[in-house]
Parts: sequence; structure tokens; C-alpha cells
Amino acid sequence: MSPALNVVGRSVARSDGIGHVTGRTQYTTDHVFPGMLHLKIVRSPAHHARIRHIDLSEAERVPGFVRALTYRDVPHNVYTILGLIGVEPEEEFVLAEDRLRYKGEPIVAIVAESEEAALDAVARVKLDLEELPAVFDVEEALKPGAPIVTHWGNNTFMYEGHPCRRVRFGDVEEAFARADHIVEGVYDTKPIEHAAIETTACIAVPEANGRYTVYTNSQAVYFSLDNTAIILQIPGNRLHFVGGTVGGGFGGKVDVIVEPLATLAAIKTNRPVKYAYSRSEEMQVSSTRSAWRIYVKDGVTRDGHIIARKVTSYADSGAYSRQTPYALTKHAANAAGPYAIPNVSIDAYCVYTNRVPSSAMRGFGITMASFAIEVQMDKIAELVGLDPWSIRFINAYRDGDVKPHRKVVEDATLIETMQAAAALVGHDLPAEFRTMTSAPRHAGEE
Amino acid sequence: MASTIVTFELAGREVEVMVKPMTTLQAVLRYQLGFTSVKEGCRQGGCGSCTVLVDGEPMMSCLLPVEDVAGRRVTTLETITPDEGVHPIQQAFIDHTAFQCGYCTPGMIMISKALLDHDPHPTREAIVDALAGNLCRCTGYEPIVAAVEGAAQATAGKGAPR
Amino acid sequence: MKLRGTGVAAVNYPTGMNLGGDPSQALIHATTSGTFVVSLSSTDLGQGHRTVIGQIAAEALGVAMEDVIVDTADTDTGPHDMGTFASRATHRVGNAVIAAALEVREALLDVAAEELEAARTDLEFDGQGNLMVRGAPARSLKIADIASAAQFKYGKTIAGRGAFMKPKSPVDPETGAMDPDSTEAHACTVAEVEVDTETGEVKVLSIRSAYEVGRQVNPALVKGQIVGGAWMGMSHALYETTAPYYPDPGHAPKDFSEYLMPGAHEIPQIECVVLEYPSSNGPYGVKGVGEMTANSPIPAIVNAIYHATGVRIDELPVTPELILRGLDAKRRAALVAPAADTTATAGR
Repeated sequence: MSPALNVVGRSVARSDGIGHVTGRTQYTTDHVFPGMLHLKIVRSPAHHARIRHIDLSEAERVPGFVRALTYRDVPHNVYTILGLIGVEPEEEFVLAEDRLRYKGEPIVAIVAESEEAALDAVARVKLDLEELPAVFDVEEALKPGAPIVTHWGNNTFMYEGHPCRRVRFGDVEEAFARADHIVEGVYDTKPIEHAAIETTACIAVPEANGRYTVYTNSQAVYFSLDNTAIILQIPGNRLHFVGGTVGGGFGGKVDVIVEPLATLAAIKTNRPVKYAYSRSEEMQVSSTRSAWRIYVKDGVTRDGHIIARKVTSYADSGAYSRQTPYALTKHAANAAGPYAIPNVSIDAYCVYTNRVPSSAMRGFGITMASFAIEVQMDKIAELVGLDPWSIRFINAYRDGDVKPHRKVVEDATLIETMQAAAALVGHDLPAEFRTMTSAPRHAGEE
Repeated sequence: MASTIVTFELAGREVEVMVKPMTTLQAVLRYQLGFTSVKEGCRQGGCGSCTVLVDGEPMMSCLLPVEDVAGRRVTTLETITPDEGVHPIQQAFIDHTAFQCGYCTPGMIMISKALLDHDPHPTREAIVDALAGNLCRCTGYEPIVAAVEGAAQATAGKGAPR
Repeated sequence: MKLRGTGVAAVNYPTGMNLGGDPSQALIHATTSGTFVVSLSSTDLGQGHRTVIGQIAAEALGVAMEDVIVDTADTDTGPHDMGTFASRATHRVGNAVIAAALEVREALLDVAAEELEAARTDLEFDGQGNLMVRGAPARSLKIADIASAAQFKYGKTIAGRGAFMKPKSPVDPETGAMDPDSTEAHACTVAEVEVDTETGEVKVLSIRSAYEVGRQVNPALVKGQIVGGAWMGMSHALYETTAPYYPDPGHAPKDFSEYLMPGAHEIPQIECVVLEYPSSNGPYGVKGVGEMTANSPIPAIVNAIYHATGVRIDELPVTPELILRGLDAKRRAALVAPAADTTATAGR
């Protein structure tokens, strides 16, 4: 590798800067096509319900109504986004069949000549529903007798036969027994919205050669294309996905929600179809960051070494799992934090409730682990009479340490980063921490 | 209800559009006239991404029926961009990397132009007041505030750029 | 009363993912004018992906930024890419681009060796857009001229293919043994807050952080992530939720007037320093910075609130209501047991 770099490492101006400041950067909904239709969704008003009957007759009479799509029009209606990488089972309904599992779940897609006509028709669809008991809390959902959200009979995602992603490292119970202190905490976080200023959107355009060009602000165009091809049961080569600049993602644009229906509508009508979330759809029915409840139990010696950590985490996946099972795996790999803890036990549950599905968001599975761990670190520090810096230096991982998921640490710089932060804020560190490094420990060193 | 014809001034010329009642200026600019710098982050008056100037005053075009701008002068990011180069405010946004995804940027620049036209030497407080209705999810606002300060300095003594 | 406090938090953050394999690919070809088109299907979310990949391509090809065009997010022209998430784009795509650039350089060497009538092994790139015979600067060709000669004189392509893949690493379902990432970046944040004990409102005065993100391709853009992430972390810690009374699903916001976020008025002083300890497997030692920047500010702010008030709050967002209830509880506890040190109980 060349030691002298020419361009890498320089703060060159952004290549898209002129486009951004002049408004010439083209975002998905800046494309307009002649004859473009608009797609809007009839959504569940109930958190959990059985569908008795859907009456479209009044909607069909709205001037500008073109057609309605129901689950019967969707070739492969039940899917799982992560099915592409082998995650099972298929569980989410592109359009609801007989049951509604969250408020806002899509039931019917209305395609119309204008957005106004589509919205008018949506408002005129009559739903006859039988409401069912719903569950909204991650721990309530795991109790016997709780309403079951999934079609396989319990409310957890199953990880190779286990109801949670497990990490087992050392012997936590033995270490708790010899610890001087036990520090326990319960951490709750509420769901949040990605709130990118550009909403999720796509436009599917039929081409002369029988293909469909889909303009999309997906964060992952191939991932969206492959999922769309599966849902529509058409060869992927009939699809051409075109992105550009995404108006903010933060994980909110990795679900494949708008593209399959817009493309299906374009196939059925042979006209361009736009499906763009409104801001209130973005707020109320797009995926959120999961709500989390995290139980942490630490065994600590009187000099501040954490010798055991047990974490039980519940992420509220909502009615469908989307990317959340993966977030739990990432969470489990990082719930010990950047610390060397010899005994660790982690159970991370992806729990189904009758809530809007959660999915990926910036910090995927880790943001909440960091919150819980770092508040916990302060509690430990206070209990053993150390300051917040010391507790972190004493426990910091180093190169050569083995993380609870059995990966050897090879690029630890926590210690150096904390030293730099202390210098930045003018905090004087004692010599032992000033001179500490992340280099591998000597034999026998704690 | 029957459509009506509305005329207003845009980019130094009179434009005439046929609209249904209550059609927003935002929809007309974007979908009839192709002025897509006018963004649609919420269409609820909550994000400022659609900010334009009407007779020099900043307005959220998503809440403005186009009938209300009949006979008035509408200014968008397209109309303040010079044929060559960029406006000093645009340059300041580049210099301070005052954007990431860029979706809020047109509205941010328009609200900044309205501020600097009225107050060429704004205090930091006046700048954050002006930006209060415009949302950005990427930058944390600080680079945008710095860009407006930079633009004010760049144009100081030169009068308000048009 | 207004109480001030300081809180610290330190975090690690993994780059990339493992399930199912994690590939990115890139194609590069030269035009007749010696411009290099980098074709990708990866997407720029606003972080500056095109710029950063343009820098890596220019570096690896040995040409100026102006001679590189980065074309993204098109499934007909760009080869496969998993997508822009998991702090993976610079790392994965950057590696793929370097691999593609190596093939391009091989193709350039083939043509230049003929043009200069020199042995391939005697040729070197000067990093400024030229290929020359080592030790003989006069015997030099512009890369643009080599690209042109390749097309019109030799009938050859100047092109390269590149791929990078983190192989699939299954998780042991019993022990959790896995290889879930490629490298780890780090951050430590110190937050200072002022808490109004009458209203429960928290004002964040400063968020000061050190980051270690491997090689920075573009320091201004790294700083942009850190500043924007500090704001997002503050927003997450104190303001945002779609379910304010979780688990009650009611009161879900519909718009930006009901979904609270801090604005330009609330921005604290944000400072950062960035350390560079290059990774062994990222392009030029890149680790990644996109996702992690909200993570350390959140607990740093929550710890600062405790330091200021003695009230431990273990849930997010920390609303004024939670703070006022916590202060009330603390007062009541002090009345019941005036001698007890109410700040010394850890855990719950």
C-alpha cells in the first residue's frame, strides 16, 4: 500500500455539491412521465382483526379510478425481505389476505388517474372487520395466553430452534457467585422514525421492450429488484432499477415495500405508476427503529473489573420481522460492549407484537446496546467508587482479547480514543491510563 | 369544480397555468412547470423543503393555493441560480458542506436568501430564528448556520445579492 | 434551579455484516479521452458515497479526481452490490474499486509497454496521470493518451473488474460463535448538559468526541457524519418517539409538528478529534463512520443528566416529565430518610 496518498485523505469538495445547491440533483419523485398513474393504499384501521368483507363498489365509481389490486393479484404474496439470504419463514403479506396484524397494514392498492382520485377512492372502500385482542408489549407477548401474531404459533423469531439469538461464553453463574457486587439495570427505549426529509417512493415505468424501469430511492437497488422479482414471480431481467441520490436513508429505505406494488400496477395497467409515501404514512406505517427492553446483570469485583455479564434483550419487531432478526444477531455480538468480560451470556429476542413493523435504522441493534451498557458502566463506577473514565479504562478490550462471540479482537483503539477524548475536554488522566495502550496484553496481565 | 387560469411572474416572465381550485403552488411548480428544486418533504407545512419567495417573502409553497400568487412574483432556487457559476449563498453551502442528502437544501437556501435580503448582517440568533421552520435530518444544522454566516460575510458591503 | 452535569460514554462499532455473504462489485472502463467511468449499483444516501469512491478510484488509478466519473445505483450498468447500510459502503465498494483499478492498470501497462517500447516491469505510475519508464521521466505517456491509443491503435479495452466479499459466516446457535463484521471503529463522547429543575427541560451545552475510524478518505465528510450524528443522538436521547406511551400504541405522531426533534435553536457546541488507525482490510485502511455517530452521544447525555441531578433515567427519550418525576421521587426519598445518600444506589 502506497504510504503517500494523493487524493485519499483530502477534503475534496463533493462531486454532487453543485447539483444539491442548485436543485438540479434529481430525486425519485422529480421524474414525471406522461400518463402516470398514482397508487394509494387502503390500510387497516385496527391493530388486530379478521377481515370479513371488503366492498370496493363505491370506490370503483370515483372518477379517475383505474383499478384496485388485492392479494389475489400478487403472484407471491407472502414473503420475507431477508429470504434472499436464506432467512425463513416467509411471513409478511404484500396485501392482507384474511387477517390484519397491525394498524396501517396494506389491504388494497388503488390505482387512479390522479393522487386526489386515488385518495378519494381509498376513503370509499368499506371494510367489514372483526376486531381481535392485540398485544403491544414485548414481554406481554411472551406470556402464555397472549394473542399470537405469527402464523407459526409463538411470538418470537426462531433462531435455529432457539427463541432467541444466544451467546454463551465462560460461566456467568460461577462468576456472579464470586463477584463482590452485582449491578442490575433495565433499559427501555421507545420506537423512533427515520424521518429522512424525502419520503419513500418509486415510479415503475413500462418500457417498449417489455421490461419495467423502476425509479426508486431504495438504499439497495439490487436487493429491491430481487425481492420484487420474487414477489411478482417474473425473471429479474425484466426489471431495471434506477436510483440516484437518496434524500436521506438512515435504514428507512431498505424495506422493499413500494416497488413490488407499483411494478405490479404498471404491469396490470401498462402505464407508469407512482407510489410515494405521504409524510403521515412515513410517520405512522413505515418501519421504525424497534422499541427495546434490555436487562443487564453485571458481576463486578471491588476494584471495578467486570467478570460476568448477562444480558436479556427484547426488540419489538412489530407484526413482521423485516430486518429485525438480523439486528438481534448484531446486538448479541456487541452487547458486551468494547470491554473484556470473561463470562458473558446473552439472550436476544426478536418479539412479534401488533405494532407497526420495525426494521433497520442507523446503529442497527447496537445503538440501544451502547445506551444500556454505557449507563450501566456509570452505575458500576459509582458503586465501586471509581470515576467514569477509570471504569472504562480498567475494562477496555485490547488486541488479542477474545470477544464473547469468539472473534479475536484485532483493531481495538478504545483506549487511545478515550485518551484523545480526555485531552479534548481537558480531563487529566492518571499516568496508568495515559500510558495504557490497546496492544495485546502480556501473559497474566488482567 | 371548474379549472381556472392563474398568471404569475416566474424567472422574469409571466407564466399562465390552468389549475383546479386549491391546487398548491408547489404542485404547479413541480409538476406543471418542472421547477423540481421545490421539494416535497411533507406537504403539511412542517419541513420547509418547498420554501419559495413570493414578492420576496418566504412561503411554504405546499400550503399556498396557486390562486393566491396571481399577479405576484415567485422566486425559486432555479431563478436565483446565475447562468454561470452560483449565487454567493449557494457557494457558501458548498464551502461549508452544509448538506448531505441535499433534499432540504433548496428550502434552506431560499429561507437564507429571504433572511439576507432583509438583514444582510444577521446575528447568529437571527439566523437560527430564520431556519426554525426548515428541517434537516443529516447535518445537525451547524454547517447550515455556518454557511449562512459565511454567505453574509461574503456579501457584506456588496448589498443584498438578487 | 439550573443544574449542570457532565457525562461520558465510549463505544465500538462494527463495519459490515456476515449473514449470507456480503459482496460489492465494481467495473471501470476508460473512455477515448482517458476519463475513467466507475460503474456501480451502490447508492449515495447523502453521505458522499460518489465523492469518496471517486477519491478511492482516482488514488488507485493514479489519476486526478476530475478524470473519474462515478456512476451509481443502476442495475443495468452497475454490477451487484448489497446496498448502502451497515457502514459497509466505503469499505466494501472501495475495496472492489481498488481491485478493478488494478486490472485497469494492468491493461494500461500492456499498451504503454508497446507504445514506449519498454519492458512492463520497467514502467511506473506517477500518481499524477502519467506512466513512465522508471528513472527516465522523458519517456512518459499521459494515461489519457494510452487509453486513446488502446482504442484506436491496438483495438484493446482499458477496463477492470473488481469484487469484494465478506464470506458468509453462520452463527453457532448454541454459543453464538460468529464472525459478524470486518473491523471496529471507536468513539468516546463527553456531553455537558444543563437541567432546569422547574420544567424538567434539558439543554445540551456541548458534545465533544474523539473518534477512531481507520483511514479517513475525506475528513470534511467524516466530520459531517460526526456533527450530524451528535445532533441525531441528542434528538434520540431527549425528543423522538413514535409511541410516547409505549406500550400504548396511541398518540402516534402524524407530522413534524407532533414528532419532536431539536432544531437550529437547540444545537450544542459540537467538537471532535479524529484518530486514524488504519484497518487491515479496508481500502487504504478505511473502517467506517456512518452509522455509529449517534451512539455515544445518547448515553453520554443520559449520564450527564444523572451527574447534574442525581436522577437515574433508564429509558429513552428522557422527557421533562421523566426528569420531574425523578426529582420528585428523590425529594420524597430524602424526606423519608434524610440521612440516606440517595445518589449512591446503583442498579434497580
